[in-house]
Amino acid sequence: MELQAVLMAAGGGSRMTDLTYNTPKAMLPVGNKPLMWYPLNLLEKVGFEEVIVITTKEVQKAMSTDLKIKDVKMKLDVVSIQEDGDMGTADALRHIQPKIKTDILVLSCDLITDVALHEVVDLFRAHNATMAMLMSKAHEFTETVPGQKGKKKTAEQRDFVGVDKSGKRLLFMANEADLEDGLSIRKSIMRKHPRMLIKTGLVDAHLYCLKKAVVDFLTENKSISSIRGELVPYLVRKQFSKTVNSQKLKDDTDDQTQEKNDGPLLISSRDEPLLQLAQERSCWNDHRGDMSEAYHGGKLRCYVHIMDQGLCCRVNTLAAYIEVNRLAPKLFEEPSVHPSADISERCQMGSDSIIGAVCHIADKTSIKRSTIGNFTTVKEKVKVTNSIIMHGVTIEEGCNIQGSVICSNAVIGRGADLKYCLVGNGQHIEPEGKS
Amino acid sequence: MADSGVIDGPGRKDEIERAKSEGKDLTKEEKQRLRKEKKQQKKIKEKKDDKASQENEKEKKPVTSAAPASQPPTQPTVQKAPSAVPATAPVSVPASEASVPADKPTKTKAELKAERRARQEAERASKQTKKGETGQQAATSKPKAPPSDLQPVVKRLPEHIQVDNPDVLKKLAKKLERQQIPLRSDYGYKVSLFSHLHQYSRKAPLTQQLSIPSTVIHPAIVRLGLQYSHGIVAGSNARSVALLHAFKQVIRDYTTPQNEELSRDLVNKLKPYISFLNQCRPLSASMGNAIKYIKKEISNIPSNCKEDEAKNKLLNCIESYINEKIILAGVAIAKCAIEKQKISDGDVILVYGCSSLVNHILCKAFEKNRKFRVIVVDSRPRLEGKEALRRLVQKGISCTYVLISAVSYILPEVSKVFLGAHALLANGYVMSRVGTSQIALVAKAFNVPVLVCCETYKFCDRVQTDSFVSNELDDPDDLIVTRKGTTPLEGWENESSLGLLNLVYDVTPPDFVDLVITELGMIPCTSVPVVLRVKNVDQ
Repeated sequence: MELQAVLMAAGGGSRMTDLTYNTPKAMLPVGNKPLMWYPLNLLEKVGFEEVIVITTKEVQKAMSTDLKIKDVKMKLDVVSIQEDGDMGTADALRHIQPKIKTDILVLSCDLITDVALHEVVDLFRAHNATMAMLMSKAHEFTETVPGQKGKKKTAEQRDFVGVDKSGKRLLFMANEADLEDGLSIRKSIMRKHPRMLIKTGLVDAHLYCLKKAVVDFLTENKSISSIRGELVPYLVRKQFSKTVNSQKLKDDTDDQTQEKNDGPLLISSRDEPLLQLAQERSCWNDHRGDMSEAYHGGKLRCYVHIMDQGLCCRVNTLAAYIEVNRLAPKLFEEPSVHPSADISERCQMGSDSIIGAVCHIADKTSIKRSTIGNFTTVKEKVKVTNSIIMHGVTIEEGCNIQGSVICSNAVIGRGADLKYCLVGNGQHIEPEGKS
Repeated sequence: MADSGVIDGPGRKDEIERAKSEGKDLTKEEKQRLRKEKKQQKKIKEKKDDKASQENEKEKKPVTSAAPASQPPTQPTVQKAPSAVPATAPVSVPASEASVPADKPTKTKAELKAERRARQEAERASKQTKKGETGQQAATSKPKAPPSDLQPVVKRLPEHIQVDNPDVLKKLAKKLERQQIPLRSDYGYKVSLFSHLHQYSRKAPLTQQLSIPSTVIHPAIVRLGLQYSHGIVAGSNARSVALLHAFKQVIRDYTTPQNEELSRDLVNKLKPYISFLNQCRPLSASMGNAIKYIKKEISNIPSNCKEDEAKNKLLNCIESYINEKIILAGVAIAKCAIEKQKISDGDVILVYGCSSLVNHILCKAFEKNRKFRVIVVDSRPRLEGKEALRRLVQKGISCTYVLISAVSYILPEVSKVFLGAHALLANGYVMSRVGTSQIALVAKAFNVPVLVCCETYKFCDRVQTDSFVSNELDDPDDLIVTRKGTTPLEGWENESSLGLLNLVYDVTPPDFVDLVITELGMIPCTSVPVVLRVKNVDQ
């Protein structure tokens, strides 16, 4: 087997607590499908047959009842972990280390993308890389987010990503929070790659192809708890570290502790003698202009595929959630109205809207650019524009809902007028309420 | 060369095919006469039927197989002598070949019936004869015997040089479908002289159509195919070593299914992998020979051998093949070249492109303290000379770097030319990177000796006299140069009358080559068929 897929679905959605305090992030409905269905669908389309899903017990329960997830034909091996949120993504990998037999493809449950996965995996295969990841050019969110006054300034948490001139090899990765004095780049990197492009406007898709040796390395180094926050920058730095490149490893007794830590990483990344011979005899080099061999003799290599076009979105903020609700359904060729929905004839429905299963839409309603979840009831003379309405919601007559997000099982009283609101789970809005 | 080719391209192709077939007849004729005089008299009648079935089984051109199928009944007493290849055959063969594209749809029902009947009889007869012979011998002897008594000497052309023949393409598609391997589609407008070859784009890799955790094809082979198509593993020796390494991993991960024998099943398992690699990048001659060797080793495993033992044996065979044919051969060639004073003090040696063997020889000579300098000639679009330059300069050898357009300017300084080879053909021609024949030609004009260094495992029994018939077309987008963000050739695909040609190999005639250095010694170019014959006899 070549690759094992691991889906991380235990995240708490800390940046959109309004939505997630009742529903776990992995099960938030996007276009009437649970959020974690999208990465599962991506894996299924590409040809995976098994996925290891790391999630909480709550999500596991919700998954077993969800129809869409039951539709997924792959075998889902669900591993549940504690919900207290202390476990980082790398800790989770360490937890499932006995199940890992080959290289892994780690995905986050909040990734919605239509990337051609073979681009990332090809980089991983062709260059025998230790890590290959996916990034995308960020798009500004244009919709007004309910509950936020004015546009929020893009956070100071920018990521600085340095790639070589081919745009594929990852040379530098740091978060602005870690760079207090400024961005410093080691001379050894500059000597090997004199041309480096540093990009800041990239979105990390949290999709990583990792060698099996990295998972083994994690079991020995228990201090690393997050893949994105700690493991990835560590691997990127390690590409140019002296111990990796020097040939005198076995004789050095001084760096024993260092060696022990890096042991598994290095043993794996040392190629067999035949592969070495093939590389020696091959007349290919990834760079020109200096005296070193292909890859500068480095055994540890990290690659990145940067998507220019196409959808790649991580649903971890409210703004992203709203944006994605409109874009995601366009990825699939499904009818916008579920066959079991009951829509009266005098309802005006825009083409951008999606109606879920078993809905009742009464007369004289107008639904534009909105998503309506399953089991919702919309009574007469209701105007719904630019909104997301989740499952089981009841909207009484005469309401006017604009630019809002209404969570599951809420009841909107008669004549309510909601503009850019966020209504939580199971809330009741009084009749004639205004916001 | 290009000008004349434009006018009589198709006509030349037929002549070449005929010459090839007749030439092959002669050498195989001699072999058969030496070995099987007695047997053939017994088997003439049986083989007439066999050869009809062989031709039908192995023939890729359905129309031309009609010719031999219908002819056996009419020529029972044909002699083995090549001159007896009846007058009808050469006439019918080129006629049928030339008319192949046009005449296929017009076969009459009667001819089809006769074909079918003859095929059935032949298959029935072959089943009876196969009981008496071992599978291998039958397979190797039958194709050799038929050409001798067989009249229409239609040679099977490999499919990769028949891309403009839709029937062949259909057969290929069916075969790939059966093996569950995606078909790679051609890209871009092909120059008409080379429209019979595949032309792929690097931006459309074969992995696009495969499932990602590849289950049909072993991951090591997928990785290898990717490395071939991206050019990460390039060069005849490197490709063979990488191929054998991947096969080692395949063998390690292989388990014999129930009721199957390792010797037969493993060979069948390797076939789709080889097709896959062929789709990624056409196989080289050295890879072909390595594959033949492995297949032979696998089928020679006795059936009572346990799986682990068999696997170990195969892995050791692969190791020893690489060791003997590549590593030690390189060492022997270097020793030969240095000791026999082919590299002497004060020499100015010209090398072209990056040949791992030539670089090895020069580095070894430098270690033995010979005083020489090197001129590295390079050509676009691959610019492999830069890599050769780096390796030589790293050792400390003083080098000069020129592009191929400057070859005639620097040749007066040169005392010897060392060339590497991709393959050595049976008629003494040297197949190597495109540009090699230019260098050899200019060197001949300046009376500079040209030495080709080649290991014997790269010798192949193909015959070719020009670079058109069988070649490889690389990605045409490689020719495009982007400077400061602008590309003059941008959108070349939309120009209907513009074609980009990126050839990979060319063929150098033996008149331009003075010596071939192999691990068997220093031989002239024309002795290649002798070496091949000796190798075949050994096996």
